[in-house]
Amino acid sequence: MLADNVVHFARVLRHAGLAVGPDRVLAALEAIEAVGLARRDDVHAALSAVMIDRHEQQALFDDAFAAFWRDPKLLERMMAELLPKISGRGDRANKPRSHRLANALAPTPVGDAARPARQPDDQIEFETSFAFSDRERLQRADFESMTAAEFELAKKLAEEVPLPFAPVRRRRHEASARGRIDLRATMLAMARQPETLVPRFSRARSELPTIVVLLDVSGSMDRYARLMLHYVHGLTRRYLKVHTLTFGTRLTNITRALRHRDPDLALELASAQVQDWKGGTRIASCLDDFNRHWARRLLGANAALLLVTDGLDRDEHGELTRAAEQLRLFARQIVWLNPLLRFDRFEPRAGGVRALLPHVDRFLPVHNLASLADLGAALRSAPDARR
Amino acid sequence: MISPTALPPPRSVDDVVAALAAENYVADRRLATSVYLALTLKRPLFVEGEPGVGKTELAKALARALQAMLLRVQCYEGLDVAQTAYEWNVARQMMEIRLAEAAHDVGDAASRERLARSLYARSMLIERPLLQALTQERSPVLLIDELDRADEPFDAFLLEVLAENQLTIPELGTVRAAPDAAPIVVITSNRTREIHDALKRRCLYHWVDYPDLDRELEIVRIRAPGAPERLAAQVVAFVQRMRTLDLFKAPGIAETIDWSNALVALNAFSLAPDNVRDTLGVLLKHRDDIAKMQGGDVTKLLAELQATARGEAPRAAPADAR
Repeated sequence: MLADNVVHFARVLRHAGLAVGPDRVLAALEAIEAVGLARRDDVHAALSAVMIDRHEQQALFDDAFAAFWRDPKLLERMMAELLPKISGRGDRANKPRSHRLANALAPTPVGDAARPARQPDDQIEFETSFAFSDRERLQRADFESMTAAEFELAKKLAEEVPLPFAPVRRRRHEASARGRIDLRATMLAMARQPETLVPRFSRARSELPTIVVLLDVSGSMDRYARLMLHYVHGLTRRYLKVHTLTFGTRLTNITRALRHRDPDLALELASAQVQDWKGGTRIASCLDDFNRHWARRLLGANAALLLVTDGLDRDEHGELTRAAEQLRLFARQIVWLNPLLRFDRFEPRAGGVRALLPHVDRFLPVHNLASLADLGAALRSAPDARR
Repeated sequence: MISPTALPPPRSVDDVVAALAAENYVADRRLATSVYLALTLKRPLFVEGEPGVGKTELAKALARALQAMLLRVQCYEGLDVAQTAYEWNVARQMMEIRLAEAAHDVGDAASRERLARSLYARSMLIERPLLQALTQERSPVLLIDELDRADEPFDAFLLEVLAENQLTIPELGTVRAAPDAAPIVVITSNRTREIHDALKRRCLYHWVDYPDLDRELEIVRIRAPGAPERLAAQVVAFVQRMRTLDLFKAPGIAETIDWSNALVALNAFSLAPDNVRDTLGVLLKHRDDIAKMQGGDVTKLLAELQATARGEAPRAAPADAR
């Protein structure tokens, strides 16, 4: 029956990581009824309109659709079965195929907006051919699970330590003791007590901006990256507007993974996504990638950028300078946290450091970042004024 | 423009294609299917895509095709209820109070109650597009443009309007649209942020892609009628090729149309390296992109296009075709 098939198709999509709930199945049935089964492309368009909600899912949906509704006879049979009172078993022949598809797609984390839907393919290619670059050493992230103490500390840190960002003024207003006269609120007060005139005030709300964390996970950052992830997980849980991307030789958006409440699960999901853990660094190309593909989506609305990297990269042909300049134009404020400085006297020697430094608002060198406590101390000691 | 009697809604996807085409909007079949579903299932249509691919234009064309009223909410940060849904006419309310005072009509509780009621009567309400959309006699087209520019609280506020076709005004009560006059909602987004899943879940989703060569040529013919056929074909082929380059911001259809018109204004009959370089600013809005194109890519692309044009021409000499 048509309903069976749609339900089954929805299950395939769910396995593939799309959030297709029962409401969408119902909508899909309605949609198919509305467009009819005369044309395959109409059915495709109708199901896609109902079942996906972001562009990245399109490729995955198309593949699944092609695989699932592949049997040309199937549509005819469905058409016959649309007529009432004819009952038949769902098409068994397509089951193995869809299971294989579901299995192939299963590793993609749930509702993953972060990466293009094609990603599973790339991954397979990537792991089989190591010829990509000799500088890139692939290694699965090995986040040891957090100890209970670490977990507590990360939570406390995220809750108590002020963020090194200046709050931004929103255009949305809130009631306050003084500011602009709020006529509507004043009227409401007057309606209750017509003989008085007590003006009510409102003023622009000031709040922390959206925060984008760009976290270097290359080999030289190994120990610090793990600490930072713990901290960012705490932050993400406390404060929803945090987006996290890791980079080494490529950019990975792990925001959704970090949204999970359970830190171990969150870090596990993140580690499954990050492919270039402890590999080389290509800061310039990763920043450029970020500028092109993510900056406009994530850095709108006065977002702030927390860049966590040691800056140990060369600035070949001024590429890093250009990428940093561009980033400067997108982000309202950039804070650079550099955990690798072991000396009190900081000298920007590496080309990468020299290229990045002029384009950040605040530079937070952290000496000997060995624990979350050190990170907390560094964030606390950060001077408030913007550079 | 708005006819008093309701037009019959389109009965098939083909109807939608034809109706939009009559309004000079060239829709591909997938988009038409989404529009048709939005009309039949009475769900909001969420259109996402790069800037300049005709998302806003879709809502306008749809309104014209259905001969419906178009109500538009242009989103920006800090957008609130007063600008989108309704606002109390405070000046009138003040006058009302003053008059009541002058008439010594605020002395006892009953008269106060009367005053409060008259202050928050429906006539004191200034309707903004969202509320207007719910109070029409015929379904209007409600365009919520560039929702990604508004902030998250506005998404949440929209939920009630979109899901229930109703709006709650604390002082007055709930305003509900008549079932047969519910607004046809089109939401557009350039994706400068992700819209909340809860909102998207209630909508039909459609990603508007750049059109293919034939469709874009058709659009240019309609929207830039002054351009000679040869020029239009060259322009479209050039832009299509350009979108495959690694640019910060690939040109949209709006840019293609603008460019065609610009070239016509300059009396160009075909693309040449000179006039392309002079008018690149119409097409590309990013300094790095322009620099990249001017650094030799223009000549290369033009040569490439000419080569393919010659290769496809039936009478092309074999020596010409590279």
